[in-house]
Amino acid sequence: MRTTITVNGQARALDLDPRTTLLDALREHLRLTGAKKGCDHGQCGACTVLVNGVRINSCLSLAVMHDGDEVTSIEGLGTTEALHPVQRAFLTEDAFQCGYCTPGQICSTVGMLAELEAAIPSQETPRGAKPALTDAEIRERMSGNICRCSAYPQIVAAIKSAAEAMA
Amino acid sequence: MSSVHDWEAPNPVKTNRSGLIGKAVDRYEGPLKVTGTAPYAYEVEPPSPAAYGVLVTSTVARGRIVAADTAAAEAAPGVLLVWTPFTVPAQAERPAVTDFWSASADPALEDDRVRYFGQAVGLVVADTLENATAAAKLVAFSYEQEPAQLVFDQHLGEARDPPGESDVRVGDFEAAFAAAPVTLEGTWKTPLQNHCQMEPCATTAWWEGDKLTVHTSVQMVRRTQQGLALTLQIPKENVRLLTRYIGGGFGGKGSSYEDLTLAALAARALDRPVKIALTRQQMMTVTIHRPATVMDVKLGATPDGRLTAMSLITTTHCNRRGTFTEHASNFARSLYAAPNRLTGHRLVKLDLPHAGAMRAPGEASGMLSLEVAMDELAEKLGMDPIQLRILNEPEVDPETGKPFSIRQLVRCMKEGAQLFGWDRRLPTPGQVRDGRWLVGFGMAAAIRGNFLLPARCSFFVDAEGVITVRQGMTDIGTGTYTVLAQIAAETLGVPLGAVRVEIGDSELPPAPGSGGQFGAATAGSAALDAGMNLRKAIAELAVADAGSPLFGGRPDQVTFQDGVVAIENRSERLGDLIRRAAPDGLTAQGEIRPAADARNWSQHTYGAHFCEVGVDPVTGETRMRRMLGVFAAGRILNWKTARSQLTGGMIWGVASALTEGNAIDPRYGSLINQDLASYLVPVQADIGELDAIMLDEVDDKANPMGIKGVGELGISGAGAAVANAIYNACGVRVRDYPITPDKLLAGLMAKGM
Ligand code: FES
Ligand code: FES
Repeated sequence: MRTTITVNGQARALDLDPRTTLLDALREHLRLTGAKKGCDHGQCGACTVLVNGVRINSCLSLAVMHDGDEVTSIEGLGTTEALHPVQRAFLTEDAFQCGYCTPGQICSTVGMLAELEAAIPSQETPRGAKPALTDAEIRERMSGNICRCSAYPQIVAAIKSAAEAMA
Repeated sequence: MSSVHDWEAPNPVKTNRSGLIGKAVDRYEGPLKVTGTAPYAYEVEPPSPAAYGVLVTSTVARGRIVAADTAAAEAAPGVLLVWTPFTVPAQAERPAVTDFWSASADPALEDDRVRYFGQAVGLVVADTLENATAAAKLVAFSYEQEPAQLVFDQHLGEARDPPGESDVRVGDFEAAFAAAPVTLEGTWKTPLQNHCQMEPCATTAWWEGDKLTVHTSVQMVRRTQQGLALTLQIPKENVRLLTRYIGGGFGGKGSSYEDLTLAALAARALDRPVKIALTRQQMMTVTIHRPATVMDVKLGATPDGRLTAMSLITTTHCNRRGTFTEHASNFARSLYAAPNRLTGHRLVKLDLPHAGAMRAPGEASGMLSLEVAMDELAEKLGMDPIQLRILNEPEVDPETGKPFSIRQLVRCMKEGAQLFGWDRRLPTPGQVRDGRWLVGFGMAAAIRGNFLLPARCSFFVDAEGVITVRQGMTDIGTGTYTVLAQIAAETLGVPLGAVRVEIGDSELPPAPGSGGQFGAATAGSAALDAGMNLRKAIAELAVADAGSPLFGGRPDQVTFQDGVVAIENRSERLGDLIRRAAPDGLTAQGEIRPAADARNWSQHTYGAHFCEVGVDPVTGETRMRRMLGVFAAGRILNWKTARSQLTGGMIWGVASALTEGNAIDPRYGSLINQDLASYLVPVQADIGELDAIMLDEVDDKANPMGIKGVGELGISGAGAAVANAIYNACGVRVRDYPITPDKLLAGLMAKGM
């Protein structure tokens, strides 16, 4: 099926098997392998990308459903020469070990910070309050991204320092 | 013969002139990882587009494949090849006896036997992943099933001593235990656990003539490369194995699996690159797991708290054809003084997937029993658990009588107690409330062995003065790249930016790989040796070169700092010297071997865990609120990466205590938790405030750098601290891990809460 997806700002025309997930379209067709496959079942968050600014598990979504959408993957956030503030914070806080969950964690962080900005509450948000960037909020909102290396404390620290740098 | 005393001489790591050793520098390969540009095995770009392989796994636990119907799969769109045990190309036979450290043939789809549920029994290769995945479902096997032994608990009676092992006895345990005024006796159980590395095992393979290149995700380079050559019956020079980025190992990638062998075979058969990744579900059974244990602990003590008798007997399981034993009693041999001791292991053979090493094999399970038993004994004696441990601190190894190389366990406990606020713990359980939570403190000791293996390394300096470290080592998230760069920069006196690190390639000087927390010490010691040899070569070059300001000086007086070589006030830039005197660069080799007398010392890493939990008495839910680990593990090469490994290990311990474990479906022999939704590894919300602190230490018996490993120390004992905190919070002991709400609720209700 013919599908056009704007990936990291560039329109990409694809002819895809309708069974192809957005994750496999990125990884196997566009060779953007930054988004990782940890489970292929929406259980780990390694494949997190931003679709029209919202974080999703790209393994749980068929690519052909994204005709006309704007997808931002880790490759669209920054490069080794010009790191995104979240990427830089992950590096300096050592918020990863093997690095396999990391692109997903970083995309998820970018999406989550936007959700906070938009005052979207979570289970941790006191009723009626505007959500703040507390440890509890971060932990709750980032629980869809598993890190088996368990860099969780470092990830919380990185998110806080990135948010500060971006403020 | 070498001796640990050979390591006493000063060296650049010890001197640490530039201060790079220990420094919390960012990960060398970090920029690639945070930008998603580090290619893992499945992502490597082969010379031409790869075909996609998908494995088919067995749906019975034991029996024989009598027929395989592949017609539908072969006729499916895009399918290039379908293999079953009946059609897979010939490979070398599996040797009758294998040992972990030597390469051996590991044929895939080797025969018609099914030895466990979820065993790889077929392969489908197609032009796309979607086509291969769909066709794999069309391969139909008929089995002749045989009765299988599946449930560990039901076969404890068949437990035998592991091959070649017997119990270790010191004194007369039985008499001392019978005579002890105070005793503690109990049985603890731990479940089967899966590694769940975030990156599933994967291989990309291609051939150029008779030369094979494989990119795969393994912890051990050389052994895997040689094993593959043996399996394929080709010269080992014809196999190049690369594993540059590895998405987690934890022991589970210490072996290789069918993805490797079958990708190589299929690439040859199809004359095009082939890549295969295991699915998350296949990871659970095709790869190894940490086996379940049943641990019987007996402690005898005097009323004032001196242990007189101590026993830990572990029963565990492995596959009928396997040999792995979870040595969960070993750590107890060196931990506490008790004149009468009995430790040992029993092994049950089951028709389950292969048991194998998982982060801190032995300690990770074993400390969940003994370190809780010590807590229970302390309560029985009316003592503080730290005090009980200090009272039973041995002066020499309590089993062998050997001196400790260095042992700072007591200091870990004391400093941890102070930093954590242990004095606020109320010894009687159930006394502290915080809203709906009952709050408790717990602690446990940590011990994990330290090892050094043979390794080589080479260093190269080019005309820019850039040092390249080359070693067939791996970085599984442990920080290998980074610490090798630090050692190189410190040894040659160059900035970190002037070091390149090349690892994860079988063409490089061999190192044993990552495992058993021996990686940094082993790889790093070989690197230090290579660096010192390169220093010598550079110094000799400089003093012999008429164009150098150092000409005519003594090579042993040459200093290396800030990219400059100097003898007192005569100096030049390293790059200038090499460009002029050795324009093609200089290479030096290095090597480390264990010292012949290293075993004269009892050598371990130590620590103490402190944990605060909240237990909801209504739901039985436990929350880890706060945790601190204090560790003594030799000189630390990088405080940032070492801390991360320790905190990561501690979180594994929390998971072992609270959520993690698999179970067998007794009807089929399948693992009930087949994915990350049902197998509960911790997520961000499960982990409260948590930190690890490392004490200053140098272990001069460990290796020339005085460093030790930290990758497995963090998990050792961590879960026991959580379990002890749960008891302190609510007064319930659950000896069957993990301590899930159902088990805790039963205990709470029995107490009338
Ligand atoms: S790969 Fe998509 S959630 Fe795990
Ligand atoms: S860094 Fe390894 S899984 Fe997160």
